[in-house]
Amino acid sequence: MTRVVDIDQLSVTFATDGGDVAAVKNVSLSVDAGEVLAIVGESGSGKTVTAKSVLGLLPDTAVSRGAIILNGKDVVSLSRAGLRSIRGTDVAMVFQEPSTALNPVYTVGWQIAEGLRAHGKYTTKQARAKAIDILSRVGIPEPEVRVDYYPHQFSGGQKQRVVIAMALVLEPELIVADEPTTALDVTVQAEILDLLRRCRDEFGTAIILITHNMGIVADLADRVAVMYEGNVVEEAPVEQLFDSPQHDYTKRLLAAVPRIGTGAARAQQRSDDRIAGGATQSAPVVIADKLEIEFPGRLGRPGFRAVKGVSFTISPGEVLGLVGESGSGKTTIGRAIGGLTKVTGGSLTVLGHEMRGVRERDFKPVRSDIGFVFQDPASSFNPLLTIAECVAEPLIVHKRAKDAASARSRVNELLEAVQLPRAFGDRYPHELSGGQRQRASLARSLALEPSLLIADEPTSALDVSVQARVLELFTELQKEFGFAALFISHDLAVVDMLSDRIAVLYHGELVEEGNGAEVLGSPQHPYTQRLLASLPVPNPREQAVRREELRALKGAETE
Amino acid sequence: MSASVVTPKRSLLDRLPVIHQVRQSVGLQRGMLVVGLVITGVFLLTALFAPLLAPYGYAQLKADGVNFGAQQPPSAEHLLGTTVGGYDVLSRVIWGTQTAFAVMVVAVILSIFAGVILGLISGYIGGWVDRVLVVIADAVFAFPTLLLAIVAAIAISGGQSGFWSGVFAAAISITVVYIPQYFRVIRAETVRIKSEAYVESAKVIGSSTPRIMFRHVFRNATRTLPLLFTLNTSEAVLTLAGLGFLGFGIEPTSAAEWGYDLNRSISDVTSGIWWTSVFPGLAIVLVVLGVTLVGESLNDLADPRLRTRRRASKGAPVLTAETSTVPGGSLDGAVDLSDLETKS
Repeated sequence: MTRVVDIDQLSVTFATDGGDVAAVKNVSLSVDAGEVLAIVGESGSGKTVTAKSVLGLLPDTAVSRGAIILNGKDVVSLSRAGLRSIRGTDVAMVFQEPSTALNPVYTVGWQIAEGLRAHGKYTTKQARAKAIDILSRVGIPEPEVRVDYYPHQFSGGQKQRVVIAMALVLEPELIVADEPTTALDVTVQAEILDLLRRCRDEFGTAIILITHNMGIVADLADRVAVMYEGNVVEEAPVEQLFDSPQHDYTKRLLAAVPRIGTGAARAQQRSDDRIAGGATQSAPVVIADKLEIEFPGRLGRPGFRAVKGVSFTISPGEVLGLVGESGSGKTTIGRAIGGLTKVTGGSLTVLGHEMRGVRERDFKPVRSDIGFVFQDPASSFNPLLTIAECVAEPLIVHKRAKDAASARSRVNELLEAVQLPRAFGDRYPHELSGGQRQRASLARSLALEPSLLIADEPTSALDVSVQARVLELFTELQKEFGFAALFISHDLAVVDMLSDRIAVLYHGELVEEGNGAEVLGSPQHPYTQRLLASLPVPNPREQAVRREELRALKGAETE
Repeated sequence: MSASVVTPKRSLLDRLPVIHQVRQSVGLQRGMLVVGLVITGVFLLTALFAPLLAPYGYAQLKADGVNFGAQQPPSAEHLLGTTVGGYDVLSRVIWGTQTAFAVMVVAVILSIFAGVILGLISGYIGGWVDRVLVVIADAVFAFPTLLLAIVAAIAISGGQSGFWSGVFAAAISITVVYIPQYFRVIRAETVRIKSEAYVESAKVIGSSTPRIMFRHVFRNATRTLPLLFTLNTSEAVLTLAGLGFLGFGIEPTSAAEWGYDLNRSISDVTSGIWWTSVFPGLAIVLVVLGVTLVGESLNDLADPRLRTRRRASKGAPVLTAETSTVPGGSLDGAVDLSDLETKS
């Protein structure tokens, strides 16, 4: 095996308004040809910075020390011209968000040829032939036609294939893939991971894979480096890492990963409790009956139907998990229950109020009984108000308190309920970390002790270990306050941990509904089966078996 | 985790608006800001102490019963000479700062109030109110600004007037031109903020529309105003001078006004009398330059992408990138390093 890149004692320091910050400290790593090295870590651990320094892509505010030897050249000390010559030919990059990595005003063929033109002389014809060839190799159907398509004519997964094609076209020895599947749905993710595996096997390319998802690591990586606070705390072959993690942090990280099948017992226990408590006799808090939601189209065009005839109920104290991919209508349903989106057909009854054609004035009193937790903790707080003022808002609006100061004692109770110190009330939202903000968001939604809570992907923007903590808190609070909840997520494992029942949405239709054991144990609908099989499990051996199962499942579908 | 930082409370001096920016800036940006601040400061002081600084009154034609005489070259009695009308140039230039300052303040205050309220309503309520207001704003934009200001000046004061009525005429005509600018900026911000999660979360709580508009949208939408406002004050000075130059300004007996003086000095230029035009012109240039420099620097400093920073030192750094690896996040103040992850 030949060594492709050798990172030796790399340190990177950023100049910020708050002084110099060390993002990477004395990191030494190496990658051999035909090997996939996964760098795992949470946000701020320095994994992206490490990988980007291999291409010399750091911003001007960064200062690097140490050495990165790539094909006998030290990237750290290379000039701009030297960097240009190695980018593309020696090392290429695959970005996280394929829709922003492609320029919307050029055809994909032109964009692939752009890399060729930068590194040699090609006639238009030769470049085009090469673009077609590489597109067919990354699995784009009809490459002769598709080469003239613009990025918006491709789906998200195909766009990522094009980005990978751009990286591969000059046959670099190393590809740096920065969270290549984070922006994609789980079924598409499996295909992209397959493609990356083929890059390694067929092209012999070495890959540095940056990810926070342990399932992806188990699926693709040969060797894993775990980063924490700018240091590599553990480096091991993938099976060894999962079987016997050495460092405490690695153990904690692995323990925090949600796994399917852990929720069934808990859900059974809780539903038993509920039946014993006699809660199921009362009327459901939410009844959706052939619910339809249509967004108006532009002049003369038909509208877009986001939700097509969905029926479900949520009983008091019950947690319904709503799973689906992007565009499946799950968020739209949550927003309709919260009164943020108009219901256009069927019937939706929330706490005894029909939402179809409801007037804001009639619905306002009901709002005190509904809590809402938003997906992005960064933007769900007014940046100019302190946390205490934000949490006090619902109390003031519903006249339970005169102003933020008189609500403070109640706010303190709420902050303690979500396990934040009282003093955090005086901080501004940007002074809190993502997990803390999401807990404050929970506190705000619970301020009026609602009987229904809508949580729209509350943990998808958080790191795994933080996510585990927030989910645990959610479970505790649900037990304590006994609210019914609609938990929206794209992650089956997360939904499984929390929900009493799971509903699966696909293109605006409800394809399967049942308790965790039914839906995840023996899925009936082919889509649910595929969704389940596509989810990578954090165990390399098990994942290899599952990969074969998924392939068989796909084979069966195409027959 | 102990290596992480508890964000130190910034000192009072550091939190004062302009001083904070001066301390934050480096290199050329700091140079621009400081030069702008010095020029603006001199201008403000001159306006404040004009009665003490100016040797004569702005409409004074004689001292001790003797006429100054017209178009006298600079001398010991008249450091910058006299104008064709027999006024002292130095005194006119110094008194002119007061007029310019009054017009700036009145024009900016009037246009900010009207522009902000209209923009907020138009952006948040939307619908036909929005459409009508946008069309009107666009129509005003389409007019040549100076022409519009002339029309407004004539309509308000018949063209010529005394100090305060003249100031208000000039200020209101400038306001008419600038309301659409503030309106546009605030409306665009409001439309953006309207879809932010914190506004939606206020909606699901059940907050009333006025409460959302003023508590959540208003304060966030007006963050960029100070920048727009510094840039517009300099344009206000130019518009005032333009009006005066065209003869729609303030009469020389009511107040000193640079544009008027420039107008009267046109014929002097060809006959070699330079002092009547150079000094009022220089005053306009300096005020506009000073205010613009402050505005541009503040604008650059407010944007982290345009702000230049000192290079990170090669030595050992003080801070450590913080990760939230304590389950549920650390309890220390978080240094926001998320931008390291997203910066490409």
